[in-house]
Amino acid sequence: MIEMKNVSKWYGATQVLNDCSLNIEKGEVVVVCGPSGSGKSTLIKTINALEPVQKGEIYVDGVAVHDKATNLPKLRSRVGMVFQHFELFPHLTVTDNLTIAQMKVLGRGQDEAKQRGLKMLERVGLTAHKDKFPGQLSGGQQQRVAIARALSMDPIVMLFDEPTSALDPEMVGEVLDVMVGLAAEGMTMMVVTHEMGFARKVSNRVIFMDVGGHILEDTSKDEFFGNIEARQPRTREFLNKILPH
Amino acid sequence: MPALDFSFYTWANISTYLLSGLYFSVSLTIAATIGGIALGTVIALMRLSGIKPLEYAALWYVNLLRSIPLVMVILWFFLLMPSAFYNLFPGDIGQKYRAEICALITFIIFEAAFFSEIVRAGIQSLPRGQTFAGQALGMTYAQNMRYIVLPQAMRNMLPVFLTQTIVLFQDTSLVYAIGAYDILKGFEIMGNTFGRRVETYIMAAVVYFIISFALSMLVKRLNEKIRILR
Repeated sequence: MIEMKNVSKWYGATQVLNDCSLNIEKGEVVVVCGPSGSGKSTLIKTINALEPVQKGEIYVDGVAVHDKATNLPKLRSRVGMVFQHFELFPHLTVTDNLTIAQMKVLGRGQDEAKQRGLKMLERVGLTAHKDKFPGQLSGGQQQRVAIARALSMDPIVMLFDEPTSALDPEMVGEVLDVMVGLAAEGMTMMVVTHEMGFARKVSNRVIFMDVGGHILEDTSKDEFFGNIEARQPRTREFLNKILPH
Repeated sequence: MPALDFSFYTWANISTYLLSGLYFSVSLTIAATIGGIALGTVIALMRLSGIKPLEYAALWYVNLLRSIPLVMVILWFFLLMPSAFYNLFPGDIGQKYRAEICALITFIIFEAAFFSEIVRAGIQSLPRGQTFAGQALGMTYAQNMRYIVLPQAMRNMLPVFLTQTIVLFQDTSLVYAIGAYDILKGFEIMGNTFGRRVETYIMAAVVYFIISFALSMLVKRLNEKIRILR
């Protein structure tokens, strides 16, 4: 579903992605972790070309993302993305947030868009808030609406860029629950997160990135957490710091 | 110095000399604000388009007009625009309202330079993530601007727009240079007619003050409201 071949990216003279390659099959849930500055967020944003790359190839469902001739809006409309800071549209109600792209991008009628949007809103348990503005919701609620907004577009894959990092600790659970449900339904997901509990529970694979944009590990969840001795020293150091003792 | 005498401000005199002038000043302000924001938005979008020729054209437009006194722009336009231009308007409207048409067009052109900088600041002050979010949902550049970026930029900039409109209202008095009949002109004629120039200029100042001050209060309230919305 997602294929990345030898991708490199620079900001000026600073290299932020260094020869990254990965492959995500349909229905797989892949967690990307690593210290800050390792390029995780940049990596996930290259998949729908929010961040362009200078070298390498990226394919999503066979479409060449790196190709200048690719119709990026069309590709992006099929790739759901959830951001660290939610990025709901503050000037629109929850319902309008859910429907605007369905109508303007997919060309759905208002009734159809609304029906689909409200169904997704129900799924994340926030139907009662449909007429509110994002500013009236808690962080956790906003992030759940953001997930519903992405799902309303019927994406073939979902990208999560640190979806719980900006949340108060007690709101992390409600967002992770929604994500666990999605994974159980077979959604293809790539998740940048430090939530190792989530990685352990639902991921198939874990990718570990280190400073400078290197992919240091790309291995099955069981191997990653079960065979820590076989990990790179840098990975062990990182896990020692963030896993509960 | 003779005592001040305001007794000639009867309703009949006010409606004869002042109301049409006030009407023109206010309509010019409103029309120039709307036209200036529309043209200013286009210029701001050109400036941010990333297309070099458009960027430079917009940059020069803004820099040029911000460096020339408004009264000169008005005069130049009035003196240089050939008579044929005014014949483009239906009937004798063009020739009859030459000064007024000239005033409206120059104000829109001039104010667009200022409004475009406000729009640009409004767009650039939005978090980058909002653009990302629109893009990630598959919106094109134009859709993102139209539905996500501009509505927010405009809303956030509303108080600044109004502040600029207050300046604009005061600047409308500059149309005296080409003899258009605005509120100040009305006061001037009234003063000459009754031989009471001091009183008329005092009253003119009072009228400008009341309107501008009322608008300033409105800006203050809007600012508080927008702070809550954010």
